[in-house]
Amino acid sequence: MVRVTLPYHLRTLAHAEAEVTLEVSNPVTQRSVLDALESRYPMLRGAIRDHDTQQRRAFLRFFACEEDLSHESPDALLPEAVASGKEPFIVIGAIAGG
Amino acid sequence: MSSVRVLVGTRKGAFILTSDGKREKWEVSGPHFAGWEMYHLKGSPSDPNRIYASQTSGWFGQIVQRSDDGGKTWHQPGTPAGQPPEPGPPKSASNKFAYDAAAAPLTTHQWYDGTQHPWEFKRVWHLEPSLTDSDTVYAGVEDAAIFRSTDGGENWQELPGLRGHGTGPKWQPGAGGMCLHTIILDPSNPKRMWIAISAAGAFRTDDGGKSWKPINRGLKSQYIPDPNAEIGHCVHHIAMNPKRPGVLFMQKHWDVMRSDDAGDNWKEVSGNLPTDFGFVIDVHAHEPETIYVLPIKSDSEHFVHEGKLRVFRSKSGGNEWEPLTKGLPQKDCYVNVLRDAMAVDSLDKCGIYFGTTGGQVYASADAGDSWNPIVRDLPAVLSVEVQTLK
Repeated sequence: MVRVTLPYHLRTLAHAEAEVTLEVSNPVTQRSVLDALESRYPMLRGAIRDHDTQQRRAFLRFFACEEDLSHESPDALLPEAVASGKEPFIVIGAIAGG
Repeated sequence: MSSVRVLVGTRKGAFILTSDGKREKWEVSGPHFAGWEMYHLKGSPSDPNRIYASQTSGWFGQIVQRSDDGGKTWHQPGTPAGQPPEPGPPKSASNKFAYDAAAAPLTTHQWYDGTQHPWEFKRVWHLEPSLTDSDTVYAGVEDAAIFRSTDGGENWQELPGLRGHGTGPKWQPGAGGMCLHTIILDPSNPKRMWIAISAAGAFRTDDGGKSWKPINRGLKSQYIPDPNAEIGHCVHHIAMNPKRPGVLFMQKHWDVMRSDDAGDNWKEVSGNLPTDFGFVIDVHAHEPETIYVLPIKSDSEHFVHEGKLRVFRSKSGGNEWEPLTKGLPQKDCYVNVLRDAMAVDSLDKCGIYFGTTGGQVYASADAGDSWNPIVRDLPAVLSVEVQTLK
């Protein structure tokens, strides 16, 4: 199981806890994790990635294992610790604005 | 007994204010969608329990919310809360506003510096439910375009004839963005609709949204290269009494205007207003020549004139205006009232409501003669709508 941590406003949209667990089949990548997340919580479609381009929204970042993975290829393998559920895949909102 | 429900959108959530027909005691519900910018909420005239809301964020984009029980509970259309999704590809995308580039190729519009800039969807400014079908609703968006949903907000399709009108490269953003902020449906003619864009001007369709024509003759804007141009006017808001379709009142950037021929021609009716800059304008529910504006000092100083919060009323359709001050602060007040933040109910006497950037929502239960704050300390108010419930 893959663990995903969501920022506050996405939790309220999804009616979910801060951390959700998802079944993700191999390979475990940003794309497969986000596909699984949006499949389980369809109200998040478009709120993390653009509907058509699937590009990450500009003010969101992806972290795991103390690394910023935001600019990695969406099809790159995530760290083994994320795939095994030892570490969460973290979706975080940029600290900007008021 | 009749009652009223006031729908308030703010910078940090939505609030619902309810009262009986006396409009003296109020219950406040909210914040709904705490922390989100709620640009607009509006109820369906054919089913008052159906309310649509535009929820938006620079981080997470556009969300459309819907209530089917008068604002007690909400959900994103097509994705009911708490229910696991059905297997297979999604059947709805209530937050997807894709321009119809196949029908009207995406052009550019004028940017602040005069260069051309790509068309980019940013948010929904205004939601206008159909007068007759609660599942049909229109959305005015930034960058300017009009969308329609016929399935209760689950899916949205652009009416591309407006953006494809051909003048798009001359449209430009106002200070708040290039937004389509006003949608008026004609109760006497389902094919006719009016919209307004900052800063392009007013447009009308007579064929259900297939084609549109600019209706800006008579507008004069000194801040654009040709003050009498067909396109480029910063229209802030338009109002119409549904009992008298075709008579329109406009608050332009500067100037209060009226049209007696469905927008084909406009004339200025600013008259004795202390300043004719402003955002809101509305019409009395039962007296179609009684109109309301709230003058703002200037486009450089977006607060009320002389530190006094004054609604101005004309009972003669413009030109002759009287200040309405009873119950409103008359010193040291420096709030603004944004374009969608005034509304009227249809009780007798007509109720008038407006919300300020200081977080106050004021109500008058006597057509503006006197005012009381319903709430004083909300986040900055973006929009106010009223439902009159039987």
